[in-house]
Amino acid sequence: MEGRARLELMLTLIVVLLTFGVLYIAQGNMNSFYIRVLNLAAIYAILALSLNLILGFTGMFSLGHAGFMCIGSYVAAILTMSPASKEIIYFMEPIHPWLANVEWPIWPAILLGGIIAALFGFLIGFPALRLRDDYLAIATLGFAEIIRIVVTNVIPITNGALGLKNIPSVDSLLVYWGCAIITIFVLMRIINSSWGYAFKAIRDNEIAAQAMGINIFKHKLMSFTIGAFFAGIAGALMSFLITSIDPTMYRFTFTFQILLIVVLGGMGSLSGSVIAAVIFSIAMEVLRFVEQPMNLLGMEVPGIPGMRMVIFSLALLLIILFYRRGLMGTNEFNWSWVLNRLGIRSSHRVKRGEAN
Amino acid sequence: MSLDIFLQNVANSITLGSLYALIAIGYTMVYGIIRLINFAHADLLMVAAYIAFYGMLIFTLPWYISFAIAIVLTTLLGVSIERVAYRPLRSAPRISVLISAIGVSFLLQNLGIVAIGARPKAFPRPEELVWNIQIGNISFLSLTILIPVVTIILLVLVTFMVKKTKMGIAMRAVSRDFETSSLMAVNVNKVIAATFAVGSALAAVGGIMWSMQYPQVDPLMGLFPGLKCFIAAVMGGIGSIPGAMIGGFVLGICEVMLVGFMPELSGYRDAFAFIVLILILLFRPGGILGENVVEKV
Repeated sequence: MEGRARLELMLTLIVVLLTFGVLYIAQGNMNSFYIRVLNLAAIYAILALSLNLILGFTGMFSLGHAGFMCIGSYVAAILTMSPASKEIIYFMEPIHPWLANVEWPIWPAILLGGIIAALFGFLIGFPALRLRDDYLAIATLGFAEIIRIVVTNVIPITNGALGLKNIPSVDSLLVYWGCAIITIFVLMRIINSSWGYAFKAIRDNEIAAQAMGINIFKHKLMSFTIGAFFAGIAGALMSFLITSIDPTMYRFTFTFQILLIVVLGGMGSLSGSVIAAVIFSIAMEVLRFVEQPMNLLGMEVPGIPGMRMVIFSLALLLIILFYRRGLMGTNEFNWSWVLNRLGIRSSHRVKRGEAN
Repeated sequence: MSLDIFLQNVANSITLGSLYALIAIGYTMVYGIIRLINFAHADLLMVAAYIAFYGMLIFTLPWYISFAIAIVLTTLLGVSIERVAYRPLRSAPRISVLISAIGVSFLLQNLGIVAIGARPKAFPRPEELVWNIQIGNISFLSLTILIPVVTIILLVLVTFMVKKTKMGIAMRAVSRDFETSSLMAVNVNKVIAATFAVGSALAAVGGIMWSMQYPQVDPLMGLFPGLKCFIAAVMGGIGSIPGAMIGGFVLGICEVMLVGFMPELSGYRDAFAFIVLILILLFRPGGILGENVVEKV
């Protein structure tokens, strides 16, 4: 390994360790509201990363993310709720006997949430990924709606429209950001592997990619399934963060928010997605003031509920019309750029010269 | 199921089918010409319904004047959406235009929530248009007849316009080949604007009739009808006006009959249209009347 590469690896490790250190300290010292916002940011980051894999890296316009998230949420919630609270909550129809006494720890539940979401991603991808662009968008949106409608209607398993309450609460930054960091690493590895190159080739020109011998359908399905897996993980985390879920949460509106984050960060940039997710969740809280009554030049202005979403939809439109590349375009954060900026010159060019 | 209830269902399904058909035409025209699912089309229904609603209730205008104002304003809105949000992206990747369309749709919905509140409101039915008709044991609203009649008149008008007028010929030319028709001195921007105008006006009529039939308005009222009408357009063969008509009627009839014959499935009503869509896309992507297009390199 050359000096420069080793330095970059060291820096990455240091930053990861530092992040965990900061998270650990923050956990002890920050108030629960800020921790909640940061946890939400981690969930949004996972969602945006996984949608970006599908949309930004493979070029498939999927609007089904809320559906996969919904699956992850319900799987994790049903597996971890205590039998006692299940008995109380399922009062319309008793819960299916197989599920009544299940009480798993959170980690396997999160994992299974992801796996089942991935399974559905695979099954849905099989027919849907033969379609392209807007047809794919409408079909995946349709599948997400079907998932939501089925969840609303299979009352013995999901408790229907009443939703689930008393899901065990987890408020540890390490859990949420831990998952986010694992997601970043896994996706980074995928993007820089031969799969990743195949994904990008498909995005840039499907026919040319096919001519180069890339199995289009297999790679699309792979990207879609991996995306669904992480959306399921994010859904599971969402259950533990807000502790009560119902099917209306997972409407198409949710996918829209994730789409906004992906577009803001840059379609085809993992670091962009993470940055945009943090910006979005903070903006969600900061902009809360527009929905509350305020005192403007001595006049009482009543709060306008829903104003935040107007701002966000307007933001999406403006970005797509005037600044289509988003914050990062298809660039990634990388150490060489930082090091070059800091004036630390690379030495490997000289070395290569010597080798020749 | 008794004969009476069956006939009642038939009447309902024809009404719903005509509404779907009317709205589906807007989708199919726009898609035919710029290959874009105009997500905002669904929200034009809502805008038209609200303008008519406020015209009648707040400004106490007679129904025909508020309906006319609603149609005109919605048409203008439709044309300006194209001008502001779609035209600048005409040479951009298709995904960008789609995102822009979704953005417009969400903006309209959320503006609706902000401006008028998320709570549904009752839509007033003008007495001149809505009354009860009783034939034997079946009672139905005059709308059951009025809506299909209006739909058919408008369909005939649109078909005539597309087939016979100069603008219609230009529309067909542009939808067949964008660049060649602009070389043939067709003003493409004008033709696209005209397409949006016609589509939006039909959406406005559809929206107003929708809110008379199901007398309630809320900011998200366009969402599901919109998606279903797009599905109807795909079913019929997107880009084809008679196709959209057939798709709309088939979808409306199937939906009402599904709930009529199998009430235990009524919770899945909204899923039905999507299942139909997915089946159509898989087995006959060109739709009932459409032709399958193979992409050439």
